[in-house]
Amino acid sequence: MIYRECGVFKASYQEDMAIFPIPLDKWGVILILVIAVFIVPLLANEYWLGSILIPFLVFSLAALGLNFLTGYAGQLSLGHAAFMAVGAYSALILYGRYDVPLIFSLLGGGLISAAVGGVFGIPSLRIKGFYLAVSTLAAQFVIEWILTHWKWVSGGVFGTVDTPPMKILGWPIDTPLKKYYLVLCIVIPLTIFGKNLVRGQLGRAWMAIRDMDIAAEIIGISLFRNKLMAFLISAFYAGVAGGLITFAYYGAANIEAFNIMVSFHLLGMVIIGGMGSVLGSFLGGGFITLLPIFINQFARALGIPLKTDLLACLDLLIFGGLIIIFLIVEPYGLARLWQTLKEKLRLWPFPY
Amino acid sequence: MPKNKNGVLLQVQDVHVDFGVLKALNGVSLDIQAGEILAIIGPNGAGKTSLVNAINGFYRPTRGHIFFAGQDLTKLRPHQIAALGIARTFQNVALFKGMTVLDNLMIGRNLKMNSHFLSQGIYWGLAQKEEINHREAVERIIDWLEIEHIRKIPAGMLPYGLQKRVELGRALAAEPKLLLLDEPMAGMNLEEKEDIVRFILDANEELGITIALIEHDMGVVMDISDRVIVLDYGEKIAEGTPEEIRYQERVIKAYLGSPARK
Amino acid sequence: MIFFFEVFIGGLMVGIMYSLIALGFVLIYKSSGIFNFAQGDMTLLAALALVGFLNIFPLWLAILATLLMMVGLALIVEAIVLRPLIARPPLVLFMATIGLGFLLQGIGQGIWGTDPKGLHIGLSDIPFEIKGLLISQFDLAGAALSGSLVLILVWFFQKSKTGRALRAVSDDHEAALSVGIPLRKAWAITWAIAGIVALVAGIMWGSRLGVQFSLSLIALKALPVLILGGVDSIPGAIIAGLIVGAAENLAEVFLGPYVGGGIQTFFPYLLALFVLWFKPYGMYGREIIERV
Repeated sequence: MIYRECGVFKASYQEDMAIFPIPLDKWGVILILVIAVFIVPLLANEYWLGSILIPFLVFSLAALGLNFLTGYAGQLSLGHAAFMAVGAYSALILYGRYDVPLIFSLLGGGLISAAVGGVFGIPSLRIKGFYLAVSTLAAQFVIEWILTHWKWVSGGVFGTVDTPPMKILGWPIDTPLKKYYLVLCIVIPLTIFGKNLVRGQLGRAWMAIRDMDIAAEIIGISLFRNKLMAFLISAFYAGVAGGLITFAYYGAANIEAFNIMVSFHLLGMVIIGGMGSVLGSFLGGGFITLLPIFINQFARALGIPLKTDLLACLDLLIFGGLIIIFLIVEPYGLARLWQTLKEKLRLWPFPY
Repeated sequence: MPKNKNGVLLQVQDVHVDFGVLKALNGVSLDIQAGEILAIIGPNGAGKTSLVNAINGFYRPTRGHIFFAGQDLTKLRPHQIAALGIARTFQNVALFKGMTVLDNLMIGRNLKMNSHFLSQGIYWGLAQKEEINHREAVERIIDWLEIEHIRKIPAGMLPYGLQKRVELGRALAAEPKLLLLDEPMAGMNLEEKEDIVRFILDANEELGITIALIEHDMGVVMDISDRVIVLDYGEKIAEGTPEEIRYQERVIKAYLGSPARK
Repeated sequence: MIFFFEVFIGGLMVGIMYSLIALGFVLIYKSSGIFNFAQGDMTLLAALALVGFLNIFPLWLAILATLLMMVGLALIVEAIVLRPLIARPPLVLFMATIGLGFLLQGIGQGIWGTDPKGLHIGLSDIPFEIKGLLISQFDLAGAALSGSLVLILVWFFQKSKTGRALRAVSDDHEAALSVGIPLRKAWAITWAIAGIVALVAGIMWGSRLGVQFSLSLIALKALPVLILGGVDSIPGAIIAGLIVGAAENLAEVFLGPYVGGGIQTFFPYLLALFVLWFKPYGMYGREIIERV
């Protein structure tokens, strides 16, 4: 029995409520952290660090934010990329125009995005279901318009605004390796924070609202406060992710990078990765980010040259197909599949 | 132990609840005494659940007022009413099916939890202490209700009888002054019913919780309630001790109907 | 003043075309309780197929071929996507249609490519005059066609036996089954009808804007119409379409210049949001009474 759940006894509530009650889980996560922080930079080349791992981590962070709102609190949000855009432009303005230190700019971008998210969350107090889902699209279109038409933000440019070179306390962040560490320094603490939130009272309140909001209100959960918190926090995460992806990956802010397709990609990450799961956000984020690369490599391995057109179309087919397949077969996504696998390992090699 | 009957805990004054033309409640008035067990009975559709929904704030009375410990409930939102000390179980079990039994009970403690989300996110420190405290409180209820063995099971996967018990636990976790039970024994076998009755009586006698329960099982009603209120077609048609209302003609007619014309 | 009316009427006619797309949504929702996010992608697919068929067939045959294709598509969707998800909550079905939308996009792109194509079905764009107002002949034809289709569909659902059966299905699947209405057949019929609506909308919009990716985004335009009118109301879709079409046009022409233009994209959403705040189920949507 490789994966042992029995024989693990808890002597106190504290132990039982620990973030990873099963030792194998705990050591597994510590191992992943060690690998991420120490091993990967040694082994990975610049391409992997800069073009694969960074987008993976950042989009997973954004997906995590969306998961709070849609997976835990049950409020479907179809325009979440817009909050990334707010974070991106805000961080750019704070850092580029007002010389706010980089990390504060990124977090500040998140805060401004949170405020905007809160505003667009207000309809959720009265509106439900499909009506709410469609209303969230308003965020996507209104924000897109404001960011391109409001001169103060866009600087009058209808296109890309380059990010100034990144520096922390005078130390330049110019190599993929340094950018990778910057991303880790933000993504890891925010993920831990998020995990703590969802296993605490706020997470439970969200799930209660998702499962049965009327009963939740009757037993004392304020729908207004908790839904608003969901919008605020999820927009914050999206905003920070938006700033990160702009500074550490694109190198420039362009509203097109946060269009409606990106919103749907985020939703796909949440669905495929697993709704209501922190791990799922990363599994989904990784899956969607790596999908085009896999398709490409796969085709090349088979000797079939792929033009970009065909690649794009395959991308759509597989993305759409996977969403449908996962919803039919495993609505709780890759995270649940992973859990099932672990449970099978409990009994391995004695399957019965 | 003598019942602590210090005055009126809940006052329903001439409450009307209309849905367009449909009158769910048509001028109902009643008092619930602190410390008592009050049964609310009546045929289906009499307005019993509507009455409880009105107390909870889910239905807003079109006319009339409801006072709890002096406060007018009719302007408040459901979660504010809950905060005053009113808890409830539902006719069609309203457990949060995606959460474990333990989490369902912990969310029942929501009104008692005060930690700010920032400290929850950091967890180690204040939030952890609070979680542990509340976990201890919840474990006492788990112990009391004898549901230790199903703590970590998602509520949606439990058999019906256990779900009802967990729901009772969730209501008790809030440490309410008034507990509203909507058909807590529906669909249970004799043994399960006896268990629930025991829990209800203990909650009332040991924990001093005032109980209002909607119930169809007349045996239970006669056995455990201090007073009974009978509703029919949205109106109160009788009120008194179980013995007093038992043989009242209006009550019998409401349940059995009038004889057919010859 | 004349200009105002021109803009207004132009908006109304565009509005009818929005109504048509919104109607496709409403029909599927009314009969299966499913909110079909892929309606726009179905529209695009229909238009693409039509253009493709027009290269080999005369107009009437091409339309017929596309029609058959759309109906066939409806049957396949029903079998592969809807049937496995019958017992699931509506939001899951909604997300499945989002996935379906992408799938259809991929198929469309894969077979017919992504370059914009022209769709010419013999309608000219020369405006003609009525009492001093310039009205586009094209828009008029579009409005007329859409309007007739709307009337046919309204009649079908209100008066015909099949239509009534379909409405029963949307109300309560199980009850409908228990009175002998074949659920899957009903779903197949509605999706086929929605496919037809998509085809007509595809013809109209494709001719107007050219057949390209942005066509599926027209559906995103129809969404505010849908929530403004109410997702299960046929008259709602019509009235809301007119309102949105007119308001959008008027706002763009009269407010637009003050704020830099381009507000048609989001203005309908703000309008819908405003109304939803006071009527959370749209103007004519059925309120869902929740019970505990």
